[in-house]
Amino acid sequence: MEALIDKLGSLWPEIVLLMGAVSCLVTGLNHNPLARKLTPWVAALSIGVASLLVAVVPPAGAHPLGFDGLPGFIKLITLGIALLLLGLAAGVPDALLQHRKTESSPIFDAGNSVKGEFYAFFLLSITGVLLTAGATDLVWLFLALELVSLPTYIMIAVTRDTKLAQESAVKYFFLGAMSAAVFLYGFALIYGATGYTEFDAIRSLVAETGPTPLLIVGVILSVLGLCFKVAAVPMHVYAADVYQGAATPVTAFLAFVPKTAGFVGLMLILGLVGWPLPPVLVAMLAVIAVLTMTLGNVLAAVQSNLKRMLAYSSIAQTGYLTLGLIAGPVAGAAVSLGEGVAPVTQPTGNGLAAILFYLPAYGLATIAGFAILAALWVDRGENPDPDDDEAQTFDAVSGLWHRHPFLAALLVVSMLSLVGLPPLAGFIGKVMLGTSIAQAGLIPLLIVLVINSAISAAYYLRVVIVCFFGDDAEATHVRPTPLRFAAAMVAAVGALALGGYAGAPLAQSAHEAVRGHAVANETPAVADASE
Amino acid sequence: MNIAQFVIPLQLFLPVIFAFGLLLPIPALSRRRVAWSYSAVTSALSFGMSLFVASQFDWSNPVMQLQASFVWMPSLGLEFGYGVDGISIWLVMLTTFLMPIVVLGSLIEVDHDMRTFHFWLHILEAALIGTFIATDVLMFYACFEFTLIPLFFLIGLFGHEKKLKAAMTFFYYTFTGSVLTLAGVIYVAYRYAEIHDGRWSFQIAELYTMANHLSFTEQCWVMLAMLAGFAIKTPMFPFHTWLPLAHTEAPTAGSVDLAGLVLKLGPYGLLRLAIPMAPAAAIAFAPYLGAFACVGIVYAALVCWVQRDAKKLIAYSSVSHMGFCMIGLFAFDEGNIGAAGAIFYMLAHGLATGGLFLCVGMLYDRFETRDLRKLGGLATEMPLFSFFFVLFVLASVGLPGLNGFVGEFLTMIGTFNSPDGVLGPVFAIVAASGVILSAIYLLFLTGKLIWGKEKHPGYSRKYDIIHEHGVDPTHVHGLSRREIATLTPLAVMCVVLGVFPGIVLNSLEGKNGPVEQMLAQAKTYIDYDANAVAWEQGELFDDDGLSASDADQEPVELVQQKVRRLVESDQREETLDLLITEATRGNVEYRVESSLVTTGRRQVGSGEDEPDLAERNRLLDSFVSETPAFLSLERVNFPKTGAE
Repeated sequence: MEALIDKLGSLWPEIVLLMGAVSCLVTGLNHNPLARKLTPWVAALSIGVASLLVAVVPPAGAHPLGFDGLPGFIKLITLGIALLLLGLAAGVPDALLQHRKTESSPIFDAGNSVKGEFYAFFLLSITGVLLTAGATDLVWLFLALELVSLPTYIMIAVTRDTKLAQESAVKYFFLGAMSAAVFLYGFALIYGATGYTEFDAIRSLVAETGPTPLLIVGVILSVLGLCFKVAAVPMHVYAADVYQGAATPVTAFLAFVPKTAGFVGLMLILGLVGWPLPPVLVAMLAVIAVLTMTLGNVLAAVQSNLKRMLAYSSIAQTGYLTLGLIAGPVAGAAVSLGEGVAPVTQPTGNGLAAILFYLPAYGLATIAGFAILAALWVDRGENPDPDDDEAQTFDAVSGLWHRHPFLAALLVVSMLSLVGLPPLAGFIGKVMLGTSIAQAGLIPLLIVLVINSAISAAYYLRVVIVCFFGDDAEATHVRPTPLRFAAAMVAAVGALALGGYAGAPLAQSAHEAVRGHAVANETPAVADASE
Repeated sequence: MNIAQFVIPLQLFLPVIFAFGLLLPIPALSRRRVAWSYSAVTSALSFGMSLFVASQFDWSNPVMQLQASFVWMPSLGLEFGYGVDGISIWLVMLTTFLMPIVVLGSLIEVDHDMRTFHFWLHILEAALIGTFIATDVLMFYACFEFTLIPLFFLIGLFGHEKKLKAAMTFFYYTFTGSVLTLAGVIYVAYRYAEIHDGRWSFQIAELYTMANHLSFTEQCWVMLAMLAGFAIKTPMFPFHTWLPLAHTEAPTAGSVDLAGLVLKLGPYGLLRLAIPMAPAAAIAFAPYLGAFACVGIVYAALVCWVQRDAKKLIAYSSVSHMGFCMIGLFAFDEGNIGAAGAIFYMLAHGLATGGLFLCVGMLYDRFETRDLRKLGGLATEMPLFSFFFVLFVLASVGLPGLNGFVGEFLTMIGTFNSPDGVLGPVFAIVAASGVILSAIYLLFLTGKLIWGKEKHPGYSRKYDIIHEHGVDPTHVHGLSRREIATLTPLAVMCVVLGVFPGIVLNSLEGKNGPVEQMLAQAKTYIDYDANAVAWEQGELFDDDGLSASDADQEPVELVQQKVRRLVESDQREETLDLLITEATRGNVEYRVESSLVTTGRRQVGSGEDEPDLAERNRLLDSFVSETPAFLSLERVNFPKTGAE
């Protein structure tokens, strides 16, 4: 009972988000138009309070896998980016036909609006990420991961008046359910192999006996299932269709939130076995990484739809991130930063720190890209179907530079950061991933990484080319949505700042968050030597 | 706080500040003339700044100095590290010198978005300066890579007919090469971290020490990775195919910057990073690189001969001329004449080819054509232009008394004197035939354009509209005052460097000069084949470098125990073998007489006072042939045990 209460005590941010979700339901479907109007602000307020709580409330104590700072780090990053995503998503339910009809009618019919649900599900999904980060138990991890995904199925289905959205929601749901079955099976095997669901018990058992074959099979299945969440080969097939079908702000959400949860889940599951990973896992992850980045990049290069291109690009980025999983954490050498400054350990070479750095770096750049798409609409003239005004193709951003130089500049920053061009966040992220994979001694993977960066330049640059040198797209207009501009601007500036001075503290805290695992691994070895 | 600390960062950030000045919401800046004048003044200020840097520079001892570093990501081992030595200061000065000139020369050609144009021009200047002054390898790489962005926009927005294709080809081609360079750099840094207990560093000076620790195979891979980026940038035959398109389609300012400055990043990168970090591979690759360079010299010269487009001809001539840079760089001759000549040649080529591109740009401004079949006999119509054009052509050809001659002569002398097994007289002879060919095609170009029957398609309307002083062809002998101001500094420098090459060469040569510092390590490997010390026996360089040093590497304590046991049991052969292998890995050190064998037989001697070659060989012999008593434990040093 004590333990449960302690545990609950560390869950204040999640509790606040849940309260926010319920409040959104109340205000979003309220008869009072002012309350309805305030719904996004209620959501923003609860995210703000939750992040304050994460910052203020001390962490729950030692993490069973040594990832002491991981929950706090992931929670802060996710909540920060969730604010951006909210800025992007605000107004999505208001644009729906049903909602507009019932808004303009004298009596508001709550049954015809999804305004409450949308923001509530948004917050629930974010809550899922926070819970995933805090998971210390397989069952908890499973439930948390499902909490991330379930709301997104609905968010996709209800936010666009088009059959495409429903189709992609159904696809996403069925494939998601299948992947959940796969990783639940994996979890069950891990439980079968060890007899525990708690991470600390499994970890200490593995430390004693070494990983058994059954445990490895369980981990393999879990990894495969989680590949769905991060959109990695072979569970990537849904990405392009789902990203295209969802409303652009929701696509941005899908590109970051489930991926973050998935990578946290992967870290935790692989952390049960510990680094260096058994060869079979290294081989599997290496194959996944190479296939994912290559396939993603090659397929992205042939797309004519920007949303599909960004979907494949997000698959490719998952491939890069997978390299960090193979490399794993290192304790890092102590370096002095000069007189009077406490010496720190170097994050360079730490694969998990690279993932934790790259996730927000990638997230910011991708969100900036989607935000600019979301800020545009295309006048299709004789085809007044309201769902079809989304800017999706290369043609829609053609010549953007001449009409909206500011948006074009933001788009360029976002694309170049995704390429990994210095001095942007993507460059630092790729250097961190590259150094970590080199540290693991897997030089061929480093070569694959840089070659894929070169391939990716082709299609990211195409956006820049179209945007700067293309003919003006007369039909494209800018939506009067200042929040989306703000989100795009903050995201692009963030991508710029993380490549500069702001990157250092982020990389450092990412490293501190996970280095405990590597230190814990080293300690027994030293003890052995002294015996 | 010393003033010297801020000189170099200021040099870097001035162009950035000036560039962002152009973005200020001042309506007047949108006017062509205003933006142009602003840019001319600011780029001149940057040049003034570089003169100030030169005044702060200690020319008597031109090693890396005026160093400054600012935190970037200190814990990652990243920092903004700057400094200049006798090599980079000249390239910085060339950069800042050419910038005001291209600004002056680009008034007519750029007929839209003058502000954007000059913004990117300043950013390009900053990126180039950043590459030349970086003392941190990632800083170097970041700036090196970043030059692509301004050039992409300069070519894509302001180029000629096929500008988009040119910009894309240029970007993809060079980006693909340079990501491999990044992989090579990361590999060297990773090996550094492996030896230094997991501490990563990206400082160039620190990574130089890795030359002793990389096996020959590893060095070859590192060299290949670096070449992927730098040989494409240089460009070395057969990786030159991006160049003619990019140079021809770029606006004049872009062409001048590409040929005069961006191409120099390639040889500079090889000299600064590749040769010192992979010295043995540099020696081993030299004959092949020399062969490619020679083929490039002749091939590109022949291609030039048949060009009908004046600008394309000059673009191909860059390929040919940069071949001289490459053979000079990889000559490794006794007095470093080749490498010093290569650096001199970089400057000379920047000035002369820059001048030629500007001249062709002026023709295009007037006649909107560069077709040699439509132009001719301009000597009567534009006598002053003809004077400058002929001067630059002669400087390019290598007429004694002009700068090109010094560079070509020195690189060929260096190649000729190159030791056996590296380059040699054959390479020099082939390169010399390139000189003859370059005389043929450049004089052919001159003959067509300047002499012969006068013909041109008439002045363009654009020139009419934007005319500066009317279209009166007799006006200052066919050139406007602005154009004279553009070309004169280049012409003066061509002559000055041709007559007094010493002002540049003095800072490069010398026993402790910057060039010697870059090449010294590599030159110790020249004799390996002759001495047959272990190179072929595979003792020194474990050819399975990776598997031997990574997979099979035993813990240091274990190795040291083994050494102790062997030394005590007096098994001489085995002990020697083990010592040599472990010493190359840095696990043990062994003292021979008063000196220290730090890394096996590769580097004997300690610290500052390096014994000369004979002394070193003697030490080596003594190491091998000493009596067993020599192998006493007192002489074995266990660096890591000592620390614990």
